[in-house]
Amino acid sequence: MISCSQATKQLWDYVEGAVDGAQRRVIEEHLSVCRRCCGEVEFAEELRGFLAAHGDTDLPEEVKVRLTSFLDEL
Amino acid sequence: MVQTEDGSTPIASGSRCNNSVIDDVYKDTGSLFEEPSAMTTGTYVDEKERFRTLATLQLPRLYAISRRLVGDDAEDAVQDCLLRAFRKFSQLEDESAGPAWIASILINVCRDRGRYKARHPEEVSLDDVEEFSLYRTIADEDPFPYSDSLHLDFLHQFTREDVHHVLLSLPEIYRVPLVLVHMDGFATKEVARIIEAPLGTVLARLHRGRKLFERKMWDYAGESGMLKEVVS
Ligand SMILES: [Zn+2]
Repeated sequence: MISCSQATKQLWDYVEGAVDGAQRRVIEEHLSVCRRCCGEVEFAEELRGFLAAHGDTDLPEEVKVRLTSFLDEL
Repeated sequence: MVQTEDGSTPIASGSRCNNSVIDDVYKDTGSLFEEPSAMTTGTYVDEKERFRTLATLQLPRLYAISRRLVGDDAEDAVQDCLLRAFRKFSQLEDESAGPAWIASILINVCRDRGRYKARHPEEVSLDDVEEFSLYRTIADEDPFPYSDSLHLDFLHQFTREDVHHVLLSLPEIYRVPLVLVHMDGFATKEVARIIEAPLGTVLARLHRGRKLFERKMWDYAGESGMLKEVVS
């Protein structure tokens, strides 16, 4: 069984599906007995959604006008 | 450029060129130019219009990526990118790859600017970061004692502007993969190709970048008084 700190190091990768089958089994074994690390996994998923949701930045109108006229001048 | 003897454009030549008049003008001087660029091929007008269409559609995305990579220099970086992309546009063979192509040019422009280094010289001890867990820190510190969804409440304190600040405080080598993968939806393989680094390097930076992001979020929350305000 791996420790919480060993598990924590890999949880993001686990959430991302970036761990191989053997690692996945080891992590899942730990998760099956550790509530705290399950919380970590949920939070990592939350944080992932949070980052994606903060992904779009508006293009301010004045910047759009400037960049469009820049394109026209090319 | 394929041409028939009388200077007209052959049908189905396989070339994108279809403006034989301008071709004729450049026919004799074409060899002066090592690589035909948008300026020297006969398709100038047509090509310029196609480039404009591509770039216009991509502007919001380019600006968003640029904001996250270079902050206040975003607009300048997009301009540099448009210039570089326009010069190279004739080399783009498959125009359906245009959005990814122009984004990769932007990312390299942002990396070349190098100004983030001057602004954020401090190196972070990655050993500390490796051990850091935002989830546990929030649970242990319990910043919102009356909350029954502590972790979500913590995240909800952050406005878009706050997230922006946190991202810009990360060293560029970690910020780039984090932003591209988690905010702009790039595949890790694609990031590796764009920044010309091995996939393993990108994955390792991504891993550390996420940890560092967690750490910086916690620091930022403390520094900006986010936690105190809610408690009082
Ligand atoms: Zn655990």
